[in-house]
Amino acid sequence: MENNIYLDHAATTPIDPRVYEAMQPYFTEKFGNPSSIYQTGQIARNAIERARLEVANILGALPDEIIFVAGGTESDNLAIFGVARANQHKGKHIITSKIEHHAVLHPCEQLEKEGFEVTYIPVEKNGIVDPEKVKNAMRDDTILVSIMYANNEVGTIQPIAKIGRTCKKRGIPFHTDACQASGALPLNVDKLHLDLMTINGSKMYGPKGIGVLYIRKGTAIKPIMFGGEQEKKMRPGTENVPGIIGFAKALQLAEESREKESVRLCDLRDYMIREILTRIPKVELNGDLIQRLPNNVNVSVLEIEGEALLLRLDMKGISASSGSACTSGSLDPSHVILALGKTHFVAHGSIRFSLGKSTTKKDIDYVLDILPKIVDDLRAISPITI
Amino acid sequence: MNDDQNINQDGSGWAYSDKVKEHFFDPKNLLKEDPETYKADGVGYVGSPACGDMMKMWIKVDPIMDSIAECKWRTFGCASAIASTSVLSEMVTENGGMEIDKALRIRPQDIVDRLSGLPDRKIHCSVLGDKALRAAINDYFRKSKQEHRIIKDEAKVVCKCMDVTDHEIEDAVLEGKLTYEEVQQKTKCGTACGACKPRVEKLIEQYKLQYFGE
Repeated sequence: MENNIYLDHAATTPIDPRVYEAMQPYFTEKFGNPSSIYQTGQIARNAIERARLEVANILGALPDEIIFVAGGTESDNLAIFGVARANQHKGKHIITSKIEHHAVLHPCEQLEKEGFEVTYIPVEKNGIVDPEKVKNAMRDDTILVSIMYANNEVGTIQPIAKIGRTCKKRGIPFHTDACQASGALPLNVDKLHLDLMTINGSKMYGPKGIGVLYIRKGTAIKPIMFGGEQEKKMRPGTENVPGIIGFAKALQLAEESREKESVRLCDLRDYMIREILTRIPKVELNGDLIQRLPNNVNVSVLEIEGEALLLRLDMKGISASSGSACTSGSLDPSHVILALGKTHFVAHGSIRFSLGKSTTKKDIDYVLDILPKIVDDLRAISPITI
Repeated sequence: MNDDQNINQDGSGWAYSDKVKEHFFDPKNLLKEDPETYKADGVGYVGSPACGDMMKMWIKVDPIMDSIAECKWRTFGCASAIASTSVLSEMVTENGGMEIDKALRIRPQDIVDRLSGLPDRKIHCSVLGDKALRAAINDYFRKSKQEHRIIKDEAKVVCKCMDVTDHEIEDAVLEGKLTYEEVQQKTKCGTACGACKPRVEKLIEQYKLQYFGE
């Protein structure tokens, strides 16, 4: 391909070469099972305990509070089912938001089938959860609040420290899915008043299939899988040693470059949003202009449909994603765009560009050159004119 | 074989055939003129932006041959919706134009075959094309005083308790709800007295055969 401009970093990122390098020995010469008592095993054991300590230091947590799991979805599932089952004698009410990732929403729906009650807090037009609404939804039988740190589709940053403070006062465990936040936002669990936090490797230039659930000491939680002593029985099964090493390295690098990279990406993001809105008529920004992830651009191009737009962009070497129904397995468009109070028609035309380390202004200019022409062509095919 | 090559041919992936891509990237018979001034003998408009796809079709008829002389269209939808309309317009206008009676018999499966297949989740996109064409032909019948030829496709209520029609069951099947339980969950049919169950099951089988050939 002549051009290859990857603008889907919120879906996944390539592995940083330094992460890859750190992982390599653990596939081959340092292949041991961390549960084995001989030296080869203990080399692997030491490596994952070192990784655990590094992760704990970045989160301001204790090493014992870090559980390695197989990715963000598993981490969310463990947090929600684990806390719900361990606390059901106290109550069966859970609070979450309408714009969570399916890794949170679907476990909540499953719990509803098992007799739990879930309150889904709506968001404001800008995609932000009002902490007052969360507070007002709290009841004596509320046993878990789960609100994401930053939204994966529209990039809105949620006021989780505020929500966390209220949860703390009420003694309700508070979980956040921070999969999109690593490398962009501070992750200190005490400052954010978190009891549980989900992070995964594949959104921060680390490997896929590895994630973390931070569990504050004293939080009542039960495992959802059984069959071994690993990870304090919270995640049985032989540890993914290279994955764990890669995760810790990726998080460390993300944290090192966080502030500088965020400033650079915010400039690029604002430039891209401004230029799209100027150069193309009938386009709406989805999400908030300020409380927004540095790498997230999400707009709805009216009168056309997202999948068609993505395929035309792909022909020009540009990778992006859409909240259109046509790009999901179901026939429903993005629940996040709909939760902003927008119509199906607007959701179908949504497109997300998520920027990353490799993104340059030249890349953005290339997209800005190509995009208006593609939009014109597709609007000529469309029978709708608003 | 190259690792990057697509080996997913069972309809569950995203892969589009070369034929779909050809019609998506270079649509045939697209209406480029102003719709206000284009003199059509019949116009059909189906779908709604709320549900997703929307399609408008303009036909010109050769009254002597009783065949389709021109078939122009515009579509709001994904690549497969655009390609489906484009290929349908080609089917009815090639070889001097298709006879109207024959055009009325075109089924979604014919369009899918001509596109060398569509991913399963995209089959419903091909359905709007033949509906739009039928609507345009009916409009032509109306305008040319041939009302007796109009084909009525009115929805019939299948579940009286919950007021569910055969069209809603058809839509559910097209969304991939292939069992009675799934269709029931989607449409709420048979959730009151349940007397319609045998009829609903028969319809599900009929639509499965029609759209997925299974």
